[in-house]
Amino acid sequence: MTALIFLIFAAIAVFCAISLVVQTHPVSSALSLIGVMGSLAVLYLLLGGEFIAAAQLIVYAGAIMVLFVFVIMLLNAGAETPTFQTSSFVKYLGIVLLVAFLGLISFIIQATLPKTEGVIFGNFQGTAADVGLKLFTSYLLPFEVTSVLILIALVGAIVLARKEI
Amino acid sequence: MPNAVPLSWYLILSAILFGLGVAGFIFRRNIITVFMSIELMLNAVNLTFVTFSYQFRQVDGHIYSFFVMVVAAAEAAVGLAIILTVFKNRKTLMIDDVNSMKY
Repeated sequence: MTALIFLIFAAIAVFCAISLVVQTHPVSSALSLIGVMGSLAVLYLLLGGEFIAAAQLIVYAGAIMVLFVFVIMLLNAGAETPTFQTSSFVKYLGIVLLVAFLGLISFIIQATLPKTEGVIFGNFQGTAADVGLKLFTSYLLPFEVTSVLILIALVGAIVLARKEI
Repeated sequence: MPNAVPLSWYLILSAILFGLGVAGFIFRRNIITVFMSIELMLNAVNLTFVTFSYQFRQVDGHIYSFFVMVVAAAEAAVGLAIILTVFKNRKTLMIDDVNSMKY
């Protein structure tokens, strides 16, 4: 059952990722990226990452993608027009080489990884309580530094998007 | 159909997503799509973190991917502000037209 759910959502993720790369209109790419993030959230849940699955949906698919779609709408971005003509031979050669490259990487991972018992749903639960406990004890300093980073990003975004520049 | 999913499947999926992100980063000409390809790569790395977090039965991987999410949010805010500024000055979103630092 776990393998079936994994295969379904992995297929959705790969399909949406290919769609992201192939689509010429930015809005279609953004919707494909939301599909990738949603299926990845399911896979996180399968791996026992409750908190991270929720954060993926809320922060990534919610906040960040809304920001992207908002900017696409604001700039009225249309479909991409090809600036230079590539021959169809080069295009198909590129696709074949990309598939061969990804196949090679998959083979290397499959061959070098030591055999383990595999992922079964429910064997490990990284609950929000566990994550919070670790975040506020072992990782307290990175957490505080992150808040400074967010503040800098906030100020930077406001300064960059001012009218005068 | 095996009940347990081998760990390598997750890593292979992550590698495929990362590779597709790299391909989009290189082949796309629209600056917003290039930016979304970067987000795809960050997502692929997050999947690896969570996978190894499962393998070692530790929540450290979850915390790392949480930090990656936070950095991605900050990066998206600043990057989209830069895109807005570029569009205001150049009236274009094609990265081939924004090449004054190249020559």
